[in-house]
Amino acid sequence: MSRFWRSRPGRIGLVTLLAFVALALAAPIIASRTGLDTSLARANDVPLYASPAEFAPLGTDHLRRSVWTQFVWGSRISLFVGLAATVVTVALGSLVGIVAGFAGGRVEAALMRLTEWFLVVPFLPLAIVLASILGRSIWNIIFVIGVTSWPSTARLVRAQVLTVKQRLFVDRARSLGASGPHIVRHHILPNVSGLIMANATLAVPISILTESTLAFLGLGDVRRPSWGKMLSEAFDASALTRNAWWYFVPPGVGILVVVLAFTLIGQTLEEMADPRLQGRR
Amino acid sequence: MTARYAGRKLIGSLLTLAFVLVFNFFLFRVALGDPVANLFRGRNVPQARLDQMRTEFGLDRSLPEQFLLYLRETAQLNFGLSYQTRQPVWEEITGKIWPTVLLVGLSAVLSAAIGIAGGIVAAWRRRSRADYSITSSTMVFYSMPDFWLGMLLLVGFAVALPWFPVGGMSDITSTSGGFDAVLDQAHHLFLPCLTLTLAYLGEYAIVMRSSLLEVMGEDYLLVARAKGLRDVQVRNRHAVPNALLPVVTLAAINLGFVLSGAIAVETVFSWPGLGKATTDAIRGPDLPMLQALFLLFSVAVIVFNLLADLLYAALDPRVRDA
Repeated sequence: MSRFWRSRPGRIGLVTLLAFVALALAAPIIASRTGLDTSLARANDVPLYASPAEFAPLGTDHLRRSVWTQFVWGSRISLFVGLAATVVTVALGSLVGIVAGFAGGRVEAALMRLTEWFLVVPFLPLAIVLASILGRSIWNIIFVIGVTSWPSTARLVRAQVLTVKQRLFVDRARSLGASGPHIVRHHILPNVSGLIMANATLAVPISILTESTLAFLGLGDVRRPSWGKMLSEAFDASALTRNAWWYFVPPGVGILVVVLAFTLIGQTLEEMADPRLQGRR
Repeated sequence: MTARYAGRKLIGSLLTLAFVLVFNFFLFRVALGDPVANLFRGRNVPQARLDQMRTEFGLDRSLPEQFLLYLRETAQLNFGLSYQTRQPVWEEITGKIWPTVLLVGLSAVLSAAIGIAGGIVAAWRRRSRADYSITSSTMVFYSMPDFWLGMLLLVGFAVALPWFPVGGMSDITSTSGGFDAVLDQAHHLFLPCLTLTLAYLGEYAIVMRSSLLEVMGEDYLLVARAKGLRDVQVRNRHAVPNALLPVVTLAAINLGFVLSGAIAVETVFSWPGLGKATTDAIRGPDLPMLQALFLLFSVAVIVFNLLADLLYAALDPRVRDA
């Protein structure tokens, strides 16, 4: 941890991310959901498309809803979907990678062909097709992102397992009579976990960006609007031609900053797992 | 390149294509239930007519027979009628291929050229101010949703400053053809093309930079310098050609996404291509359209991946001997 803290990009990323996590957790305190109540807003004479000067802090949208409230609650959805989809991605990818790398032979060949196939199928169209068939719920989005983005993790983990497998301590454990699962748990996993962690952190930005694209294309969960869904609604309500920047700028900035934070943290973790990378950055 | 290597890659691609076909069949024909009921959803059609259509579509036959039927129809580019326009899906699609190829193709060339140049400058002057500004700006463009970048550019240069049109591919009035029409199309093309170029160049810059940094430690550069070559000559004749390989692969792989690469950005700028068609099909949902688009996107990726593999082997002898 102290090694992580010594890296300036890692520190900036972590502090930024924690700030957004705090924002998401504090949503009920700092942004009451009454800001989304359109009939209450009409009763209170809240204007449509009020600018931040007229309605603090971030103005209102085409339905008189507070943009600030949407932004704060949207952070919960974007972060949650990004993290949950990454958990699915990394779990699937690590499982396939470890099994393929450790088992070898036909199992490895079959798993790698499957991986290659998923790598070739265009990722976003596949996600779109799956999401539009499965329906627009947050769980389906998580499932779709996880199922379409595990292959690169699987490849990376397999390569790492193959090098760890060559090391002497694995031979020694085997000659002492250790079983396959035992070797995986006690010798392989500890040696690939650093890489898996770094890869997971770098997969979060992809999950968050994919979620925002799917939501923008109209595949987001209507009841749980994310930042991407906000952008989709702003676009459909022609916030662009009305120049209502307070509606479409904040969600995009939110995505950009959170993605950058995860990238900085991920790169720092990657350098810690593989110090040779430092020379190349 | 040996024929054996090429043959192996070709067989691999055909296997992948087979996977895609099977997947496409099951996803749409089986997972979605009865296509005849879908086609006439919400309309009053006599049962006898429905049964007749089921026989016509071969839905009363066994699954393997249905699959063979599907293969034949697909080979004849018969994907059924679009739910939205009631026109044959393939006819709907063919008219939209060129706008997408024009937009994404041009952006791909521009982003590769600018990205590679940026990566070279950044690596050669590592840790300089130029390196920091190139690396950080490409990272920022890489980290934002491409459609949001498009929205910002649209508001900035089509709404606030009305320099460019807000969408479409041409103004309806300018059907006269000739130079004016080309100029008009270029005017419409500018903002979506700029968006995609900015969104994609980051990847090239990052890959080029790290590839060149790796080459820069090699002994042959020291030899080149010892021969008395100037810095520019060392860079352009000895370092860059050896560092280009990963970028060439990246470019070839990205070419596979020339059809599916701009789904959200086309939507922002109402660009009448395959991406916008995808969004429209989602809204329906227009399932025959989605099915055909997905198949087309997949085939493009498979074909260009095969070309990338062959190109890679032609450029790097170590690959084909492996």
